[in-house]
Amino acid sequence: MIGSFHITPSYYLVLGAALFSIGAVGLLVRRNVIVMFMSIELMLNAVNLTFVAFAKALNDAAGQVLVFFTLVVAAAEVAVGLGIIVAIFRRRRAATADDLRVLEG
Amino acid sequence: MTARDLLSLAGLIPLLPLVGAAVLLLWGRRLGSPRAGWLATGIVFASFLWSVVMFAALLSLPPAARSHVSLVWTWLPADQLRVHIGFLADPLSITWCLLVTGVGSLIHLYAIGYMRHDPNFGRFFAYFNLFAASMLLLVLADNYLLTFLGWEGVGLCSYLLISFWFERRTAALGGKKAFIYNRIGDFGFMLAMFLLVVKFGNLDYTATNHAAAHASSGTVTAIALLLFLACVGKSAQVPLFPWLTDAMEGPTPVSALIHAATMVTAGIFLICRAHPFFDASPDTMTVVAWVGAVTALGAGTIAVLQPDIKRVLAYSTISQLGFMFLALGTGAYTAAIFLVIAHAFYKGCLFLGAGSVIHGNAENQDMRTMGALRKFLPITAAAMVAAWLAIAGVPPFAGFWAKDDVLSGDFFSHHYATWAIGVAAAVMTGVYMTRLIFLTFFGNERFRDAPTPAVSGGSDDDPPDVEAELGYDPDYLPTVVYGEPPRPPRLEGHDPHESPWTMALPIALLGALSVVGGLLNLPLRGVTWLESWLDPVFHSVHQPAPSTFVKGGEVTGIAFAAGLIGIVAAYALYRHGLRNPADDPMRDRLGPAADVVGHGYYYDDGISAAVDGPVRAGADFLDEDVDQGVIDGTVNGTARLIRRVATEFGRAQDGFVRRYAVGIALGAAAILLYLIAFAGH
Repeated sequence: MIGSFHITPSYYLVLGAALFSIGAVGLLVRRNVIVMFMSIELMLNAVNLTFVAFAKALNDAAGQVLVFFTLVVAAAEVAVGLGIIVAIFRRRRAATADDLRVLEG
Repeated sequence: MTARDLLSLAGLIPLLPLVGAAVLLLWGRRLGSPRAGWLATGIVFASFLWSVVMFAALLSLPPAARSHVSLVWTWLPADQLRVHIGFLADPLSITWCLLVTGVGSLIHLYAIGYMRHDPNFGRFFAYFNLFAASMLLLVLADNYLLTFLGWEGVGLCSYLLISFWFERRTAALGGKKAFIYNRIGDFGFMLAMFLLVVKFGNLDYTATNHAAAHASSGTVTAIALLLFLACVGKSAQVPLFPWLTDAMEGPTPVSALIHAATMVTAGIFLICRAHPFFDASPDTMTVVAWVGAVTALGAGTIAVLQPDIKRVLAYSTISQLGFMFLALGTGAYTAAIFLVIAHAFYKGCLFLGAGSVIHGNAENQDMRTMGALRKFLPITAAAMVAAWLAIAGVPPFAGFWAKDDVLSGDFFSHHYATWAIGVAAAVMTGVYMTRLIFLTFFGNERFRDAPTPAVSGGSDDDPPDVEAELGYDPDYLPTVVYGEPPRPPRLEGHDPHESPWTMALPIALLGALSVVGGLLNLPLRGVTWLESWLDPVFHSVHQPAPSTFVKGGEVTGIAFAAGLIGIVAAYALYRHGLRNPADDPMRDRLGPAADVVGHGYYYDDGISAAVDGPVRAGADFLDEDVDQGVIDGTVNGTARLIRRVATEFGRAQDGFVRRYAVGIALGAAAILLYLIAFAGH
């Protein structure tokens, strides 16, 4: 066994950064609104992971408390966001984000 | 009922004509001629009777207690400042009430005859009653603001009445001119009131007059000068005098009412009412005296060459008002009021007489085409001769005593320069009045001649330029030849005629009063009734003593001689009338000065040139450069800048969600890089 293998906060941070980057790139390159939405969720959870990792490393519960807030807000955001997406799909079959550009300045 | 109970009802004096005005405005047309006129005359006469009751009530009180304030209700309760509708009955206000209603009801009576064929008879008398009501409110008010209400009411009524025949362009312009000149003075009144509120927190005469003695000299001088500006406008003094001659465009009873009974004496009244401010400010008194003296002489010289009978009288009024201000400026308040009363008698008589002459002479106002009218208008002629001797200062007529009080008071208070000017003005009075009387009533008959050849321009027959009248053309100025009377059709086939009794009676009565009016204040012990009557008002003032038979007889003699010189000089020129109506011997005597004097020193032209030149240029500069350029430019420029910036930023919002995401990501990356680079340091 690899007895000397020790999991430090750096691993969590690297994983968080990797997840965040995947989410960010997904948001930027995909046109499907659902997939973009999932990418945003991925970024949110990457941040949550980072919070928890720092809370553990610094022995401070504030990070974990913040995660709960983020989860609540994200839940609300999902409800509203999915509602908007459903409304969009009712009005027009198959819409990509690039087609939804009525709100231009 | 005690005397004070009666005095509490002083408000009835202005209320009666006010009700009369309201009734006549509503039902004047239905009442028609002459009933509307009789109603108006009766109501002013009732007001006169009530003034007599007030006078008697005041007399029954001991002299020191002859002042009664009756508050009707609180008009403006504003924190510390409280302005009441209240009436102050004291010798000063009741004197004016008697004058306004007494002479006023005679002029009302006269107007019944004068205006009897006018289609707007009812409206005329409604304005007439409103005029009287405003003047009575002005003098009876117990505070500045209520006086100001009457002050503005008088201004409004003068505008309405001067331009009563508004179909005539000159009448409409005359009304406007009067209103604008009066407004300039009114600003002085308003600023004075603002100062009073700031400095004393009060507008009541009793309180502010009391406080004036303890205020700083700067405050007192400022208030006195501002009030004097108001008086200069209302009483037609230099430099705000030209409106009074154009007020001649109104019907003649209006001229008489403005000149004799109401309006122009309001300035004298205001200074008397606020006299502690003037007493406490010697500098203002000097200004008042000099303005009065310059006005007396200036207007007196202009009157000498006017061909229009009413314009001569108008300049005469300005000159006489100058005498009154000269008296005020030396602190001789009683003398000024004496002259106001005497002037009301003889100038009322002269104006009504002039109206009678015009009326009996087919609306002709040009003295050059009159002459020998005494045969046709005997009553008018007799009364006007009496008034002429009174105004020229011939003893024992009213004007002699009043003018002597003014001039000798001036002399004995060591104001020799203004006294000399006053004596010169007295010479002018003799000249222009004698010229008027002889051109009108004596000499050769000229009214059957052809009309005088028209001077170029100034024709009333030009079709009116409607666009210009409505003010569309900024360069439009009416061409009115200075001092030229209107040229009505000549008498054809019939002689001038005497006026009906409603007109003749007031003329005769006022003529008689000009003869005996001097009795009010003879310089004899025990006969100085006016002085002792007014003493409670001016108790604290040391008035310069006029000459008596005992003391200063030579000063009286000089003033009398001055008037006599004027009379004799004009008599020598005009005793045979005019050989040729277009050829005035005075013009030859004056030589090159004739043009300047005949045009009123080109004062009107100067004002026109100034207003049309620098004032218009200044207004254009403020309008085009400052208002449209700077102010509008700042506002519009800010709006344009914001719009441009917003457009530029709006271009970034193109609706591509993923481009926004790139922006957010790049922004986040930038912040991250910044933190990495600088967070440690």
